[in-house]
Amino acid sequence: MAKNRTKIEFQKLSELPPMVQSLRSMAANPTGSWRNLKPVLHKENCIQCTICWKFCPDAAIDWVDDYPVINLDFCKGCGICAEECPKKCIEMVKEGK
Amino acid sequence: MKKVIMGNHAISYGATLSRVQVIAAYPITPQTQVVELLSEIVADQKLKAEFIKVESEHSAMAACIGASSAGARAFTATSAQGLALMHELLHWAAGARLPIVMADINRAMAPPWTIWTDQNDSLSQRDTGWMQFYCQSNQEVLDSVIMAYKVAEKVLMPVMIVLDAFSLSHTYETVDVPDQALVDKYLPPLDYKYRLDVNDPHTYGGLTTPDWYMEFRIKMHEAMDQALVEIKKDAAEFEKVFGRRYDPVEPYMVDDADIVLVTSGTAASTARFAVDQMRKKGKKVGNLRMRLLRPFPFADVREHLKNAKKVVVIDRDISYGYHGIWAQEVKSALYGHSKVPVFNYIAGLGGRDIFPETIMNIVADVKKMKRPEQDLYWVEVKK
Ligand code: SF4
Ligand code: SF4
Repeated sequence: MAKNRTKIEFQKLSELPPMVQSLRSMAANPTGSWRNLKPVLHKENCIQCTICWKFCPDAAIDWVDDYPVINLDFCKGCGICAEECPKKCIEMVKEGK
Repeated sequence: MKKVIMGNHAISYGATLSRVQVIAAYPITPQTQVVELLSEIVADQKLKAEFIKVESEHSAMAACIGASSAGARAFTATSAQGLALMHELLHWAAGARLPIVMADINRAMAPPWTIWTDQNDSLSQRDTGWMQFYCQSNQEVLDSVIMAYKVAEKVLMPVMIVLDAFSLSHTYETVDVPDQALVDKYLPPLDYKYRLDVNDPHTYGGLTTPDWYMEFRIKMHEAMDQALVEIKKDAAEFEKVFGRRYDPVEPYMVDDADIVLVTSGTAASTARFAVDQMRKKGKKVGNLRMRLLRPFPFADVREHLKNAKKVVVIDRDISYGYHGIWAQEVKSALYGHSKVPVFNYIAGLGGRDIFPETIMNIVADVKKMKRPEQDLYWVEVKK
């Protein structure tokens, strides 16, 4: 899903830009294991409104073929998408179940 | 064109002449007339800029960071508590290497509530990565805004222009407002290489591991070192174009002086006046005015204090449980280079006036001592 997960590595001080720019350090560092609750999408009720996609504070929802797809490599299980979804078609399920 | 204007408006003219493109400001106390006049200039379409009214100083700096990241020349102004509220984002602006310029009108920190001058607000931001230029006249204030963009955009570090509340901010002085054409020649439009670009998307400021964090800090430090070089070079260039010169420090009769005062802001011009009076009586006193806090001009300070038998730092600020902040800087510059005793006097906090007599009394006091007997001396305080 995440296209390029290779972190940019610098060899020398002179290669560094003045500020951190697209290091891909987050993409290379999956943080989904922090989650207690997992969002599960019930696609049949989804009206494709993009609200969950906009609200996810971790940008862990991708938009694929006109539907949201939750990227569990990064989703923290905060439940904001479920809370904001107007059709309540995202369910928060306990991890490990 | 010569105009009689207050310090606040000198900033507004400086920003206008610098053709700033985004001004973000919180419009209520502790704001000053700086952005009031700017908002009128923008409303009258005399400056093509976006004026963003925000709900706090924190947001003002956030808006400047956004604007600057997009490649716009960004400006804001604040004071005291407002500057303190920006603190987090001052680090962000510098760390993101954004050439933002801001004016800070030096007001004492509350509580107790106050509106008068001292330097604790700006000096508290010493380690945020902002350059700080301390001004002593309205002319210097206007010129400094223009110079600030020049150096900021060269080394990609932000600059704070600092001026005393009331003694400059609300005091009217004759100021030569330079022609726009001259300023345009001196300060070309900003071409920010790292700007946000929808056609070349990037994330900024992302997670950086211990592998590389330090190297980004080295880069910032090197940029500051480079800034000092640029500021010195630019002093000559600015003088060529505008006929006025601003060096990192301004020595006055220091070469043969036994006692050299170290001052900043408007206290410096008062000190020079006092030096003149004392010289008439044959006292060998000089003054070193500090214009730069950061980058700190170590070499200039050492050079101009090398003949002094006593150095007297007058601080309009205090680091509680320590002593004056400028005294700390000066002592650190001299350590290992000179054995000259450094006396520290704390004066004029919360806008208490510093008169020529105040300074002459300090000198008389210093004359009585071989070395400082205390870490600091309070000036003209109730017993
Ligand atoms: S649970 Fe939170 S982190 Fe996970 S997809 Fe929903 S909004 Fe994003
Ligand atoms: S908020 Fe709910 S309805 Fe809207 S796109 Fe997301 S899942 Fe579908």
